[in-house]
Amino acid sequence: MAKKSIRIRAEIKGDVTEVKALMSHEMETGLRTDKKTGEKIPPHFIKEVVCEHSGKQVLLANWSVAVSKNPYLSFKFKGAKKGESVKVSWTDNKGDTDTDEETIK
Amino acid sequence: MKRRTFLQGTIASSMVGAAVSAGLLTPRMVLAAWPESAFSAKSVDEALNSLVGSVTHSASGDIKIKAPDIAENGAVVPITISTSLPKVESISVLVEKNPSPLAADFKLAANSEGFVSTRVKMGKTSDLIAIVKSGGNLFSAKKEVKVTIGGCGG
Repeated sequence: MAKKSIRIRAEIKGDVTEVKALMSHEMETGLRTDKKTGEKIPPHFIKEVVCEHSGKQVLLANWSVAVSKNPYLSFKFKGAKKGESVKVSWTDNKGDTDTDEETIK
Repeated sequence: MKRRTFLQGTIASSMVGAAVSAGLLTPRMVLAAWPESAFSAKSVDEALNSLVGSVTHSASGDIKIKAPDIAENGAVVPITISTSLPKVESISVLVEKNPSPLAADFKLAANSEGFVSTRVKMGKTSDLIAIVKSGGNLFSAKKEVKVTIGGCGG
């Protein structure tokens, strides 16, 4: 898995923080067949995304193969301050994982 | 094919087990185990039954689904769900006519706003269903998206 697979942007407006995250992942469904060999391409997808703010979970996403390639995720929460950080981590069905943090602007 | 998915599922869960014993995962992450049966369910009711233990949900005007009326590319359908319902515990996204309807399930914290946005794949023209769990009850909203090129299989 490539390094730095997550891009995060967190912006505070009033008391609501909006987080946007873009992950690079192929999100293979397991339904497609390889046209050359005729074999099924095994599924490879992000199963779980955990978003945390100062050690507290604000969002847990459970995903299936139906989430698009290079998944985009956006959510909003209250109670954060400018300069604090948001952490996003994903785990895929092969047990690969990645984490990144971003400061709230 | 079924057997293969089953085997893979077993391997994946045993790997999670190994990661837990190695102390790689925090206990909280373990509690939120991935709902295998809900994601493999072949119908909306089956998925809901497995995910939240109930198929009864009432349509609510307080849930808004923002998605295109026509999606040229079913592989990438942007969807935004927002709700003004109080105490939102979870938001689930289902694509009625996908091989497995449940696409994503979001668990929200007490300080989260009732808002999620993502992109999903749609095999063909279908209803998008948003299920919001608020104060222990299920509320739903639907929106049809016409798909010109499917996003599943190939």
